Amino acid sequence: MNNSVRNTARVLGAGLRALLVLTVVCGVLYPLAVTGVAQLAFPGRANGSEVKDTSGKVVGSELIGQRYDLPPKAGQETAAPDLRWFQPRPSNGLGSNSVNTQYALILSGATNRSGDNADLIKWVTDAKAAVVKDNSVPGHPVKPADVPADAVTSSGSGLDPHISPEYARLQAHRVAARNQLGVAAVEKLVADHTEDRALGFIGEPRVNVLMLNIALRDLMAKG
Amino acid sequence: MSPVLAGVLQLLALVAALGLSYRPLGDHMARVYSSDKHLRPEKWIYKVIGADPSVEMRWPAYLRGVLAFSAVSVLFLYLLQRAQGWLPGSLGFVSIDPDQAFNTAASFVANTNWQSYYGEQAMGHVVQSGGLAVQNFVSAAVGIAVAVALVRGFTRSRTGELGNFWADLVRGVVRILLPLSVVGALVLVACGAIQNFSGIHQVGQFTGGTRQWNGGAVASQEVIKELGTNGGGYFNANSAHPFENPNGLSNLFEIYLILVIPFALTRTFGRMTGSLKQGYAILGAMTTIWLGFTALMMWTEFHHGAPAFDIAGGAMEGKETRFGIGGSSLFAVATTLTSTGAVNSFHSSYTGFGGGITMLGMQLGEIAPGGVGSGLYGMLIMAIIAVFIAGLMVGRTPEYLGKKIGTREIKFAACYILVTPALVLCFTAASFVLDTPAHSMTNSGAHGFSEILYAFTSGANNNGSAFAGLNADTQWFNSTIGLAMLLGRFLPMVFVLALAGSLAGQQPVPETAGTLRTEKPLYTGLLVGTIMIITGLTYFPALALGPLAEGLAA
Repeated sequence: MNNSVRNTARVLGAGLRALLVLTVVCGVLYPLAVTGVAQLAFPGRANGSEVKDTSGKVVGSELIGQRYDLPPKAGQETAAPDLRWFQPRPSNGLGSNSVNTQYALILSGATNRSGDNADLIKWVTDAKAAVVKDNSVPGHPVKPADVPADAVTSSGSGLDPHISPEYARLQAHRVAARNQLGVAAVEKLVADHTEDRALGFIGEPRVNVLMLNIALRDLMAKG
Repeated sequence: MSPVLAGVLQLLALVAALGLSYRPLGDHMARVYSSDKHLRPEKWIYKVIGADPSVEMRWPAYLRGVLAFSAVSVLFLYLLQRAQGWLPGSLGFVSIDPDQAFNTAASFVANTNWQSYYGEQAMGHVVQSGGLAVQNFVSAAVGIAVAVALVRGFTRSRTGELGNFWADLVRGVVRILLPLSVVGALVLVACGAIQNFSGIHQVGQFTGGTRQWNGGAVASQEVIKELGTNGGGYFNANSAHPFENPNGLSNLFEIYLILVIPFALTRTFGRMTGSLKQGYAILGAMTTIWLGFTALMMWTEFHHGAPAFDIAGGAMEGKETRFGIGGSSLFAVATTLTSTGAVNSFHSSYTGFGGGITMLGMQLGEIAPGGVGSGLYGMLIMAIIAVFIAGLMVGRTPEYLGKKIGTREIKFAACYILVTPALVLCFTAASFVLDTPAHSMTNSGAHGFSEILYAFTSGANNNGSAFAGLNADTQWFNSTIGLAMLLGRFLPMVFVLALAGSLAGQQPVPETAGTLRTEKPLYTGLLVGTIMIITGLTYFPALALGPLAEGLAA
């Protein structure tokens, strides 16, 4: 009996020492070494791909989607979209910080609603109606069939920085009208900011909404 | 180019990349676990551990090493989370509650990485990098060690000795996982994954004002999370978060990382048993299932049969624009056919059939190609069952790789395949008999049932992905899923090591004209059939209530 207790203690001790030494290797040295090299070689990316506008002010990250809303009115629960800017995908899955309430961190997350879920059906239907209504300008009505799927569905992270080129093109008429710009100029902006698949087949074609809106603001400053 | 064609081309690129690394990596791993030499840093580590790496262990000793190391790991990780509130470098986050800390500790040690917490609002730098990411390395290395011990059981005779657990553990980390991770992490940073230790800070916004971000050692954790088939995300959105998986290239790279070691281990197996063809036969079965599942997944997701997706015009709910449906489907199949459980899109919002495919992938036992190590030993257990069934058909004592599959061996194999279905089905049933667990469901009806079935399937099979509508941060789910993860990881390991010991003690049987040729395509077919039939018979009733009902209604 004594012997087996001693044996167990011995192997547990070895396990603990193994864990501690591997923690130093994999949990301290490894992340520090990678961080060091990453900070030297790719400082911009390692720190979140922050984007500055022409005045040198940081306006967000190239990788993290943001909202382009009007300032919320008193008593209003959700802010209305500022239709002068290109709008991102819906983000119904984003939660608020419930664990450490001293922070207002951006949390990522999806809605996790199934395809037959009543909430999701309503969200998609409402979003589609809103996209049609917001983007129909005199002389250029938007048909419900023209609305691409990404315009009415929430992304996996809720922070999707991109929209499909179809959705960007669909918004061009509205953005031009709201900002008194020529449609052709805005469409050119969209075309310039459309990224194709890497090597022609990896990923999907997309438009980065923040980069597009920055370019739009520059265009307006010039024009 | 159509999205479907782009998806197929990405699959082909993946096959090519995996094919290119198959030989060098598989052979390298065979050398690592066969060599007598110890590297200098390894000798230092052995000195600290106080273990002699040259001492051979019989199966009970090997198992004691596995269990002791894992038990200490659970305790350490539990205490680290409980103490988070007092530790420096924790971004001011509070300590984790006992039930959630137990669940998380069990989860990461069991190579599951089920997460009932929100990464970005719960875990600081110390717990993420010094606790969770460490388990990503060592739990993966433990898995490979057990698989290698089983392979040694086949190759050795009349000894019962299976190698040295400490040597296998340390070599797996030092010679395989660490070097690949360093390179992979830098690739991910180059794509845009973040890698820093900054605190919570304000970042300016386009329309004015600021938003709060937290930094983190994300790339270094992301790479081992995929490579070690772990799956626990730094952020709540896991690999859908742009800081974890910034573009299409990083997406394909992460899928490659998930699959590369499990597939290459079949080469290691072939090398170590002295017959590469035996490895190819296993590889053939894995590849058949993986390609079949991927094709089915792409079909159902592009076809998008469900009311909400019909209105939307595509199944893009829970999927990112940069990956699209092709890149998301590839990831979803890879992550559930291995024990990874990382997600780049949310499985709960897949079509009914798509969700069913992810579940069935895990229910196969995650063997195509499976988790690092666990995929190989799981597949070898199925290979034993397959020769046993073939033996019954012709009335011969079955053999595999020159070892008799007698009563003792088949009992261990049978126990192995009973563990996870028992855990999954019993806990799922219990959750519906009790009053409160069902309150955690976000969706109702068939999909609500699927949320809970998925949770226990994922836990017991050490996957870690979720139909994340389920609020799993309750005492019931934290404790039962925690238990399912530990039992689903370590009970099968007991049977695998016992089996390995029994095989290593045998005399080899000479091959005769009546021996089933297990290196032939016919056997690969038999193996795939056995896997599908056994899993189908076990889970069909449960799947019919959940994903099949949902998919057929659409």
